[in-house]
Amino acid sequence: MAESAYTRDSAASRDEDHVLLDDVSMAYGDRPVFENLSFGFPRGKISVVLGGSGSGKTTILKLIGGLVRPDTGRVVVEGDDVTRMKERELYVVREKLGMMFQGGALLDSMTVFDNVAFPLRERSRRNKHEIADKVHNRLRSVGLHDVDDLLPSELSGGMVKRVALARALILDPVIVLIDEPFSGLDPVTVKLIEALFVKINRESGMTMILSSHHIPTTMRMADNVIMILQGDAIRGTPRELARSRDARIRRFLTEEVAEEDVLERVDQLQVEAGPSGRSGG
Amino acid sequence: MIEAVAFVGRKALAFVEHLGRIALFTTRCVATALRPPFRFHRLVEELYKLGVLSLVIITVSGVAVGMVLALQGYNTLVRFGSEEALGAVVGLSLVRELGPVLTALLTTGRAGSATAAEIGTMVATQQLDGLRMMSVDPMDYVVRPKAMAMTLVMPMLGALFTTAAIFGAYLVGVALMGIDGGTYMTSLEDAIDFRNDVAGSLLKTLLFGGIVGLVATYRGYTCAPTSEGVSSATTSTVVIASVTVLIADYFFTALWGV
Repeated sequence: MAESAYTRDSAASRDEDHVLLDDVSMAYGDRPVFENLSFGFPRGKISVVLGGSGSGKTTILKLIGGLVRPDTGRVVVEGDDVTRMKERELYVVREKLGMMFQGGALLDSMTVFDNVAFPLRERSRRNKHEIADKVHNRLRSVGLHDVDDLLPSELSGGMVKRVALARALILDPVIVLIDEPFSGLDPVTVKLIEALFVKINRESGMTMILSSHHIPTTMRMADNVIMILQGDAIRGTPRELARSRDARIRRFLTEEVAEEDVLERVDQLQVEAGPSGRSGG
Repeated sequence: MIEAVAFVGRKALAFVEHLGRIALFTTRCVATALRPPFRFHRLVEELYKLGVLSLVIITVSGVAVGMVLALQGYNTLVRFGSEEALGAVVGLSLVRELGPVLTALLTTGRAGSATAAEIGTMVATQQLDGLRMMSVDPMDYVVRPKAMAMTLVMPMLGALFTTAAIFGAYLVGVALMGIDGGTYMTSLEDAIDFRNDVAGSLLKTLLFGGIVGLVATYRGYTCAPTSEGVSSATTSTVVIASVTVLIADYFFTALWGV
């Protein structure tokens, strides 16, 4: 699997960790998501958390943002342990973070302009003209023009993601969390957004942490990859992972695992359904 | 047998836990109401959505209820030759009881369910998480303005409902049944006392507004982040708020005497 020109040398991903998960375990009710995971995200690089559906990728981003708390272990963001912080204290840490949610999470009663301007109005003391300039610059930087007065419901999926990205970046955060940016998008828009991430990262030097199950894009754009496979976290550069002898990694990267998972799941469902389920099927 | 006891115990614990959560939610809501930023523009937006957009349904329902009440009241009073007391009968029942209760039930159906659905949809589409990530407290930005607006708007809607109903009763009593207009109004004025009736009615609607506001925001805020969760929050808001209003009405009437 060849790397594109985007990816920088492998030594770069061993730089200082900007965000650190230390021996973290997490469960939703009785269902464990992962146990005793430890890894970091290097400063100023694009890191991708890669894994199948339900592997806990989004949960990792939520842990970093303090939206959920781990059962054990700690999450350190820019030197601050966010694990035991009160909600009010987290707001101070979150001022350094931007987050783009999978569905955009745009406020649906507001126009595109108001959505992107919202963090500026809430967290800065800029006047109307300064806010308008900054919003328009940021919208242009994500390739959007003349969309100020549109409501989120009037936008395409790709546009929603770009508006959400513009909002996540509007306060120039030092760390930006991006949840499944490529899901549900056509290949052309995927490449457009991928190039956008790389451009923003190279220009601003901000730490970008993405969750994705999109292997080709990850291999092209990531400086650092955290693979969540069967509850384990495997860290490496795309080059290192592509050359890995680990059977789990090779299976996942060649997408054989997807087919196996489907077959396993079908078998499991048939067993759960019992004889009538099988005969019905 | 042991399983049955354990089942009852689990249900009881879940109920107590639920009550605790409601108490914490109410405390947080009141605490944010006393702390800046006060966000008056958000309060005005919600007053418009919950109040102004309910004007038509409240006015039309008020007139209809007043007309029915006058018709029923007249047919009963005329048997005893007391039809001139129609204004008093209609006015007292509307101001003391029907106005506040029916307004609360109508507002629960229109604005309470809409509030729960709106907040529930924000939960399901991660908009509240989005606010948290922008260092904005959803309790402060979403919940407080809606709960406060509901509390403030209910007495105004209650007053409008009662006025519209008295007008509807006037139409039937005076224009249709032929009661003298002056007699109707005099009977009404003599029967209603400001402190006991009007002030009590306004206080009642204020209490009902608080109940509906808290139930609707709580159910929306704590709903499961799925379409089924939003639907369940909306339905339970109408059921819980309506029943709570009716129970609170009994206790308020018993204690206040209104």
